[in-house]
Amino acid sequence: MNDNDGDPKPRIEIIPTTNPEQERSARRNAAWARVWPLLGLSAGLLAGWVALPFFLYGHQEQPLAFNHAVHTKDAGMTCDNCHGFRADGSFAGIPAVKACADCHSEAQGTSKAERRLVDEFVTPGREIPWLVYARQPDNVYFSHAPHVRRAGIECRRCHGDQGLSTGTPVYQFNRISTYSRNIWGPRISGGGPNPWDSMKMSDCTDCHRERGVRDHCLMCHK
Amino acid sequence: METHSKATVCYAMVIDLDKCVGCGTCNVACAIENNVSVPPPEALENRGLTWMRTQRVDNGKAWPDHRTVTVPIPCQHCEHAPCIHVCPVTAVQLDESTGIIGQIPTRCMGCRYCMAACPYHARYFNWFDPKWPEGLQDTLNPDVAPRMRGVAEKCNFCHGRLDRARELAAAEGRPAAEPVHYTPACAEACPHGAITFGNRLEEGGPIAALEKKPEAFRLLEALGTAPKVTYLSREPWIRRIGLSRLDRVRGHGDGPEGA
Repeated sequence: MNDNDGDPKPRIEIIPTTNPEQERSARRNAAWARVWPLLGLSAGLLAGWVALPFFLYGHQEQPLAFNHAVHTKDAGMTCDNCHGFRADGSFAGIPAVKACADCHSEAQGTSKAERRLVDEFVTPGREIPWLVYARQPDNVYFSHAPHVRRAGIECRRCHGDQGLSTGTPVYQFNRISTYSRNIWGPRISGGGPNPWDSMKMSDCTDCHRERGVRDHCLMCHK
Repeated sequence: METHSKATVCYAMVIDLDKCVGCGTCNVACAIENNVSVPPPEALENRGLTWMRTQRVDNGKAWPDHRTVTVPIPCQHCEHAPCIHVCPVTAVQLDESTGIIGQIPTRCMGCRYCMAACPYHARYFNWFDPKWPEGLQDTLNPDVAPRMRGVAEKCNFCHGRLDRARELAAAEGRPAAEPVHYTPACAEACPHGAITFGNRLEEGGPIAALEKKPEAFRLLEALGTAPKVTYLSREPWIRRIGLSRLDRVRGHGDGPEGA
């Protein structure tokens, strides 16, 4: 039941206007009503695609400028000259400064980076605190031995043309997870056309399925 | 003995209860190997963590007939594991190439259905953030990921060691199909050699022979879970403890329940 039953309905008076000022104002408002959503959408997209990655990822410079191309092209070295396997089958990854000292016990060229390498790391025997782009989260198990030794996969298949790079890109890390940005990939949408654009679980499983390698959680998780 | 059809390897464990003295070395070795964190001192007794529970069971008789036995209970890696079927997020899997039941902590959402389903109480829940007393962090094993608060965890037959053995096999150029041998931390640490671990399908291997012995029994065999952990004892009353729940068999209430 309505309490207002029997009460007269409130009367609404519509006053037509012919005021040109008011009409112009109404048209202006109608135009803005079409623009505002577009502005809002662009602001949202900008925030998501530009501002979010800017604030989400921290930036760190590598301790030393390293040039792969000088070593592979000019000195004619291959990947496994520096990145080799240990006796127990585990992969050594980034070499210790002792490996650098084999050639760089004294500066061979005139570059500033090499002088720093000799003075700050080789001579005092201090390890270079490299920031590892490919470091995986704690719960990921990965071994190079089955991939390189058994399946004969080339380094380039996952790492791209790293051996031809001339510098060390800025190391970026996710401020929330602390993982390297290279895991997710440079694009905010993730991944890219090449296998080396990202190092996500889907990159592992895609290749495993292509090659008919059995997928089981504990194969790659620990 | 049930073994999944696709298997070429089926890891199994045999624990000789007549050799076990209940020293607890296996659960210490297990905790160190697998980065099992130490709960805070104010934690309730049943909120601890261990992947290898050593439970004391007695025959309920008065002296001089009183007898006790300690039963080390890791995850039984059941062929028909109840925990797999109840998990709503597929965080538990049977690895058909090894027979190992895997638990993936990052996928677990902490509902604890698996703990309710497990008839052996072999699963534990992380009630607290993983913490280690000062100095003990130096012993953390890089081959095993620590678990976070809010997920279940359990024994995985030292999968980190299996990974290492596989890595070595690959580095030596052995084919992927060839079974690898390894020893879990508990079997390695047991001072009395009570724990034997190996491939059940190996021709002439120790596991298949031990499992066929007349003194072999499994816990709660009637449930049809087909555990891969077998116990041995020459004592008939010990062989009977596999018939019912261990806490029903136990005469006295000593030792924390499920912790």
